Amino acid sequence: MISTILIIGGGQAGAQAIDTLRREGFKGRLILVSDEPQLPYQRPPLSKKFLSGELAAERLLFRHQSFYDDHGIELKLGVRATQLDAAVRKVVLSNGEEVVYDRLLLCLGAMSRQLTCPGADLPGVHYLRTIADVPQIQSALKPGTRAVIIGGGYIGLETAATARKMGCLVTVLEMADRVMNRVVASNVSEYFAHEHRTQGVNIICNTRVVHLDGTTKVERVVCADGTSYEADLLVVGVGAVANMQLASDAGLKCENGIVVDEYCQTSDPAIYAAGDCTYHPSLRFDMRVRLESVDNAFEQAKTAALNILERPTIHDRVPWFWSDQFDNKLLIVGLSQGHDLQVTRGDPATRSFTVCYLKGGELMAVEAINHSKDYMAARKLIADRARPNIDKLADPQVALKEAF
Amino acid sequence: MAQVTVVFVQPDGSRREIVAPVGITLMEAARQNNVSGIVAQCGGACACATCHVYVKESWLPKLQPPEDMEEGMLETAWEPRANSRLSCQVQITAALDGLEVTVPEHQA
Repeated sequence: MISTILIIGGGQAGAQAIDTLRREGFKGRLILVSDEPQLPYQRPPLSKKFLSGELAAERLLFRHQSFYDDHGIELKLGVRATQLDAAVRKVVLSNGEEVVYDRLLLCLGAMSRQLTCPGADLPGVHYLRTIADVPQIQSALKPGTRAVIIGGGYIGLETAATARKMGCLVTVLEMADRVMNRVVASNVSEYFAHEHRTQGVNIICNTRVVHLDGTTKVERVVCADGTSYEADLLVVGVGAVANMQLASDAGLKCENGIVVDEYCQTSDPAIYAAGDCTYHPSLRFDMRVRLESVDNAFEQAKTAALNILERPTIHDRVPWFWSDQFDNKLLIVGLSQGHDLQVTRGDPATRSFTVCYLKGGELMAVEAINHSKDYMAARKLIADRARPNIDKLADPQVALKEAF
Repeated sequence: MAQVTVVFVQPDGSRREIVAPVGITLMEAARQNNVSGIVAQCGGACACATCHVYVKESWLPKLQPPEDMEEGMLETAWEPRANSRLSCQVQITAALDGLEVTVPEHQA
């Protein structure tokens, strides 16, 4: 008999697990522990409309307090889980409390990868991960502020776009030869770099930051080639790593994240995990992955919740991602690693085009720039392992769904 | 703050009236009130088509028309119709007091 379910982590996965567990009829004790003092909220707007002030904090919340009250959710907010004793199914919290569970769901998320160069510990080196990171960045976003962003990935470029829209003089420093190099095709990188430059963002690739300089706070970023950039505001977005200390200390199997199977179950049968912290099998792509994705957090949390309720469910989804930069929407579905063919539909000069990836004739991933039709069609086609006619695929006049 | 009443009809015909403040989106109003069937996975970024609704025809002229991105999302949403909208793209205004929408049987 499962009478107590403990969820650790108040992000997308934690919020969704609560929702599914109650919706599917779990009547027992349901506890959410989150080290953030806020009710669970959405993170994607933190680098976009929340950072710009267009969206109030209240609108980030998944649910209001009344939902948790009405559904009998015990919220333990601003409290950290410090120790997990899997043998006796007990978690120790930072306030000294101990919680004994029947099933535990770890939704620990990921944390920003930290810079390690000299000066990285100076005050004023900002990361953007939680709502608590926002006010200090936001207060500097005004006309004339010299903003330096280290890292040209999603967070770096979204923050750059927001800062630029608010009048900052923005420089993005990227170590690789192109922005978003790990997640998109080179012509997509080129397109976004061009869009940023057109808006006045200074994008510099092939540059490695070697130290941060300043007296009482960071004032300057120094690169390996000797160039330096004055910074009134410095934001670092150089990737994320899974939060898995609690799990690994408890002896759960961990690699690039907490290892789970397709049921979202960890190496301990009473413990499940979901979201950014998991290293999980992707059935469609026949590989293990760790994904930083709202969609994955949502779907894994749902799957974990159903399995906890002893309704065997497999996590078998094609992941998707999006990014908003200026007036551009980048929509990605699938995973492109290991592709053997890449086909671009349409001309980037029209500000709307799509890059398709294939492997062994099957569509495996799509990057759609301002093209929601291709993206939506691809979601189904990739899941179905559909095999396009390459000539039709390359013809933007043929709808993607008609190219099969 | 000005408020309006909007009605969500479930596929089984059951109706739920909710009171929502002007200025948020129809999706947010649904989520705040735990309306069944509005998933809104992307949280209003027009990236997932899981907040799809059918708008009662008489209300369509009172809504801002969909932009290209929304139309593209709807084309392959679950059973799109001429009165399909993504509720995250519908801003609640005073003119929408009494708006009635139906939730589809499935989302994308």
